[in-house]
Amino acid sequence: MKLDALRARFGTALGEPATFRGETTLTVDRDSLVALCECLRDDEPLAFDFLADLCGVDRRPAAPRFEVVYHLYSVRHGHRLRVKVALGEEDPVIDSVTGVWETADWHERECFDLFGIRFRNHPDLRRILLPDDFEGHPLRKDFPLEGMDKP
Amino acid sequence: MSAETLSLNLGPQHPSTHGVLRVVLELDGETVVDARPDIGFLHRGIEKLAENRTYHQVIVLTDRLDYLAALSNNLAYVLAVEKLMDVEVPRRACYVRAALAELQRIASHLFWLGTHAHDLGAMTPLFYALREREALMDIFETLSGSRLTPSFLRIGGLAADIDAGFVESVRTFTDTFQARVDEYETLLTENPIWKHRTRGVGVLDAGQCIRLGISGPMLRSAGLPLDLRRAQPYSCYDEFHFEIPTGEAGDVYDRYLVRIREMRESARIARQAVDGLPEGPWTAAGSPAVFPAKGELKRSIAGLIRHFGLVMEGMKPPAGEVYHAVESPRGELGFYIVSDGGPRPLRLKVRPPSFVNLQGLVKMIRGRLLADVVAVIGAVDIVLAEVDR
Repeated sequence: MKLDALRARFGTALGEPATFRGETTLTVDRDSLVALCECLRDDEPLAFDFLADLCGVDRRPAAPRFEVVYHLYSVRHGHRLRVKVALGEEDPVIDSVTGVWETADWHERECFDLFGIRFRNHPDLRRILLPDDFEGHPLRKDFPLEGMDKP
Repeated sequence: MSAETLSLNLGPQHPSTHGVLRVVLELDGETVVDARPDIGFLHRGIEKLAENRTYHQVIVLTDRLDYLAALSNNLAYVLAVEKLMDVEVPRRACYVRAALAELQRIASHLFWLGTHAHDLGAMTPLFYALREREALMDIFETLSGSRLTPSFLRIGGLAADIDAGFVESVRTFTDTFQARVDEYETLLTENPIWKHRTRGVGVLDAGQCIRLGISGPMLRSAGLPLDLRRAQPYSCYDEFHFEIPTGEAGDVYDRYLVRIREMRESARIARQAVDGLPEGPWTAAGSPAVFPAKGELKRSIAGLIRHFGLVMEGMKPPAGEVYHAVESPRGELGFYIVSDGGPRPLRLKVRPPSFVNLQGLVKMIRGRLLADVVAVIGAVDIVLAEVDR
């Protein structure tokens, strides 16, 4: 994979690519996320046309607390890439990638539902798995396993 | 179009939605103007539960995701943990896993075939399909003691070695199965009513599938031969000979044809796996992630301590993150595991093919008739336990 060109273009917004067990992870600032995703999708040698998965991670008590993780796959080349964005606890907002990959719609709704991470410019950001009147976001680490209503 | 539309609830208690799926349909006469799928009725918080269990304890949770293909879930999960722990799985275990995953695919497709045909008014295939599925359930039950939730795979290998009885029963099944599939096909493939109900219905082309993240038989029915068993082989799949069936039209009928042909291919793979079964160990004994053999507990204090440690504390993987995906009967089933070095996953995310594939529903049914909705939902082949987790 040729990630050097991206590094030249995005500069310090892009972190050093990390490799673990043969998988490459790229970290990016949240302001450059959508531009990066468009590049990853459209650049011929990369061609990440398939967003396999999108999810949140809560690293409490570490800071920054949240991560949004994108798993990309290229149908043409058969390679994979993981993109991560770190988000602080006080302002867990990030741009939606539904304009880049349509499939992100339900994934982002799920991430909002379970983590309370908000996606800017999402066409229909509301809960998906839990009832609309549910309080809290259960995959946050401070949400008790037994639920909120237990003593 | 008239100004007034009728809102109709389909589900969450309706046999044609294959579980607790609710779809709110806006109807103009019998034509679907719009649809809003409503999911989550079966949400049990499996990902949250997994964060509070040791890696070995999570295996039984994976059975409860896609309960029609529990062994595929077991496989995807243990492969992800083995990647994290860097465990080398013996070839004998890989072959048995592949055989089980393929038998599971046949069982899942059979259940899909029977219920899908039944939805569309064809009663007979259900009885034929469940007859063969019962034979597979017997194989799973003999092996593991359980029909739907076998939990037979372990990190590093299998729960136990297989015996000659298993090999024999797989041979008996595969000997007759191709003729059984011929029987299903005589009932449906050239049946004019079946063709009328399914051809040109619920069409998604390959480009739309890719944009929507749709994988598995739905994607292949649109002509793209993407199959992770071939694209990113795992568990010795590169040693088996098999075809990847594809369709052309990307409609309900082609999804039917693709799954029928996949069952034939799966039977071939399962047969190759048991015929070519390597001798040798069936678990990566010696790895810190693997429980010592039962006999070792009685003979060595080190074995007893390791067993005790794995039960009471769990294993300690390195900090890091891995994603591993397999081709489940429904498409790309992946597990993403984040480890902070502790005995429990910091985060475990399932990439559920049913959830993603269901997202294409509204596109497929808008502008179609109400009766087509039932055909389309059936052809997506969802399991709500996996959609909702």
